[in-house]
Amino acid sequence: MAAPTPLRLLIRWLAPTLAVGLLLLPGCFTNKGHQGERLYGQHCASCHGEQGEGLGQLIPPLAKSDYLAQHAGSLACIVRQGLRGPIVVNGVSYNQVMLGVQDTATHRHLSPAQITNLLNFLESHWGNHPGPAGPRTIAGTETELAACGER
Amino acid sequence: MLPSIFRLSALPLAALLLSLASCGGPSADQPTTLPILGERDVRENPKGGPADTIYATVPAFRLHDQNGHLVTNQSLTGQVYITDFFFATCPGICPKMQGELLKVYKQYGQNPGLTFMSHTIDPEHDSLPVLRDYARRLGVRNDNHWRFVTASKDSIFGLAKAYFTAAMPDKAAPGGFAHNGTFALVDDQGHVRGLYDSLNPKEVARLQTELPVLLAEVKQRRGGK
Repeated sequence: MAAPTPLRLLIRWLAPTLAVGLLLLPGCFTNKGHQGERLYGQHCASCHGEQGEGLGQLIPPLAKSDYLAQHAGSLACIVRQGLRGPIVVNGVSYNQVMLGVQDTATHRHLSPAQITNLLNFLESHWGNHPGPAGPRTIAGTETELAACGER
Repeated sequence: MLPSIFRLSALPLAALLLSLASCGGPSADQPTTLPILGERDVRENPKGGPADTIYATVPAFRLHDQNGHLVTNQSLTGQVYITDFFFATCPGICPKMQGELLKVYKQYGQNPGLTFMSHTIDPEHDSLPVLRDYARRLGVRNDNHWRFVTASKDSIFGLAKAYFTAAMPDKAAPGGFAHNGTFALVDDQGHVRGLYDSLNPKEVARLQTELPVLLAEVKQRRGGK
């Protein structure tokens, strides 16, 4: 067998290093990529359904919801403050009190970053679409919240 | 020589076939009778002979449903019923719980021997029109099979206890009431025969398999009527 060339030596050194590096890499990422989905499961799914399907004429659907598209600019405030009074979603009228979303354990409301991730999840699933400006930003959510006296 | 070997090997084979056959029979998770739940009392028989076992029974109740009809133990004579506790403005577990009960209702709702009973734990807010509107919005037909009932708070909370359901006013809970999502299955004699956590899909599936067992038992007891 021929003596190992410098290139071969390099590969032999590089391969395990790379492998170890790749194995360690996931640890560098937080799970924030799925934060919106997790928040939905924790705070929204018990009323609006696992797939955003809603419940009869009691709880409006979030899937394929014309209300989300028509009220894109006030969704952050709805998440924070809840909603009361009659609304029409996909041609069906609903009249149930929705409470502002809070962490049930700590009673703290969702941060602008959490609301951003939650709404981005909703607007990219179940037949919903992000607004013309693309996915939401935390700055955008903060502006929306300021408009209803929240921060 | 050959036959004896054959005989030897036939035995385990037969055992294997027997054990295989049991797979097809009534499975372990399909009970033939449901237990009677709750405390029981054993009383001596004054005439001698074996003592009587007195099983826990649901107390007497007087409720009104969404149509203003009176619901009592007597008016439910011969009926199997499923109970839960909710309130119309409940932002917590109720939608999930009622959504699960709706699945059971869609499957068994038209059975003449079965009644669904949702008790409001907020009778001050949940007037008859509110209950009627709630039933309609949930998608329940006005057919007396699913009754949304109200009474004084005391009787409702007392009944919740009898059905092994936790329900009490709690300012810290979403909507002002703390309760769990228990479904209780009650037989024609007022005995609780099954308890199911509505928030656990496996438990709801268990209700769906156990319900026909109880319906059959009651039908037989009442002479197939």
